[in-house]
Amino acid sequence: MSQPPVGGQQPALDPAATMDSQDKLTGEIESIGADYAAAGRLETQPRLDYPPYRSSLLRHPTKDPHHADPETIELWAPAFGQRDVHPLEADLTIQHNGEPIGERIVVAGRVLDGDGRPVRNQLIELWQANAAGRYMHKRDQHPAPLDPNFTGVGRAITGPNGEYSFTTIKPAPYPWKNHHNAWRPAHIHFSLFGTDFTQRMITQMYFPGDPLFALDPIYQTIVDPKARERLVATYDHSITSHEWATGYNWDIVLTGSNRTWMEDDAQDEEH
Amino acid sequence: MTQAPELKLVPTPGQTVGPFFGYALPYEKDSELLAPGHPRSIRLHGNVVDGDGAPIPDALLEIWQADETGAISRETGSLVRDGYTFTGFGRAAVDNVGHYTFTTVNPGPTESGKAPFIAMTVFARGLTNRLFTRIYLPEDTEALADDPLLASLDAERRQTMIAEREADGSLRFDLRLQGGAETVFLSYPRES
Ligand SMILES: [Fe+2]
Repeated sequence: MSQPPVGGQQPALDPAATMDSQDKLTGEIESIGADYAAAGRLETQPRLDYPPYRSSLLRHPTKDPHHADPETIELWAPAFGQRDVHPLEADLTIQHNGEPIGERIVVAGRVLDGDGRPVRNQLIELWQANAAGRYMHKRDQHPAPLDPNFTGVGRAITGPNGEYSFTTIKPAPYPWKNHHNAWRPAHIHFSLFGTDFTQRMITQMYFPGDPLFALDPIYQTIVDPKARERLVATYDHSITSHEWATGYNWDIVLTGSNRTWMEDDAQDEEH
Repeated sequence: MTQAPELKLVPTPGQTVGPFFGYALPYEKDSELLAPGHPRSIRLHGNVVDGDGAPIPDALLEIWQADETGAISRETGSLVRDGYTFTGFGRAAVDNVGHYTFTTVNPGPTESGKAPFIAMTVFARGLTNRLFTRIYLPEDTEALADDPLLASLDAERRQTMIAEREADGSLRFDLRLQGGAETVFLSYPRES
């Protein structure tokens, strides 16, 4: 097992941690939001430079990304399959001897590309805190209980229509050190691959109506209200199952494939 | 080449990988596309630093590349390596001093005359969305000079995407997320 960076530094004090109040942070968030609304230019992805998220201050590139026409390797993505992921890895509630504590949920949806095509046979990974807001990670020192029956890591391979379904436990909000009394809305981290390497993405899924949305500098790195709502799952009673689990639907859209349209284009030229 | 068609759907926004990916995304032999010590293997390594030049100890890097002949693997098995199949994909969490290591091969050109490179994705706590870059091999100077992407950059910026060859055959590639010698990061068509 290649070891993640644990121990040593952290987490007692994040170097970027400040004692700023939530009111100050909310003021910064609202002011950026007002400037965005006034500018009238649509943004659909998070800002790399977003000062309210203090850890981003020294970690965002200052130069605009340089446009690249994708080369052959970038038009393909790694292949994952049954050899990589066991079907039971999509159920985070059966990884130990007992039932984990908390609200059992099913999160299901589809992975599509920007053209609406299903992304088939591709890897989805997720990780999350438990029902008390604690991660099974050495650096997480939030004094909330670990659950010996919940690790909070799952994987799946998408089906023929790009579909996926995870059974898990609803995670709780947890505190972090961005500012004084900072709390993250409940979320599940998702990692996705497409058909092209250029579609690779990692994001977070949220739950409807979370009162922490307006206060959270990570959710708010996406300054467009409609764009950030794309990260919020929908309660879906058709996914809910009788006397077992409540259900949420969340579809994920990757960027457009460059391979498929360039291939179509090449075929057109041949005709 | 004609203009890329408009997207039908708006892509879902990315978010930071956060601080706690370390127990979820790394896996056994994740950074070993080939077994270390294999006669074909080389080491690809470097540091990841922030705008102050300080190491970033919580970054995660991924690479995707052709093999030495320029062939692109369609084989599964990157997560559960069998020790023989080259899948072209690897993942490496940096260590406590922001250093990463992959064991891989020198990629060949996917088309003859093209400058070979390794595609790389960067994730980190404090980085709100993934970044893409390329790691070019330093040897084929003619192909490098002809590369359309490199040709569109000034000399100093171009250099940030070209790995250094060390005496033992290793490739050295440092990432600077911000500042004077900031690595060139890429955008692609059809991102929105
Ligand atoms: Fe989290």
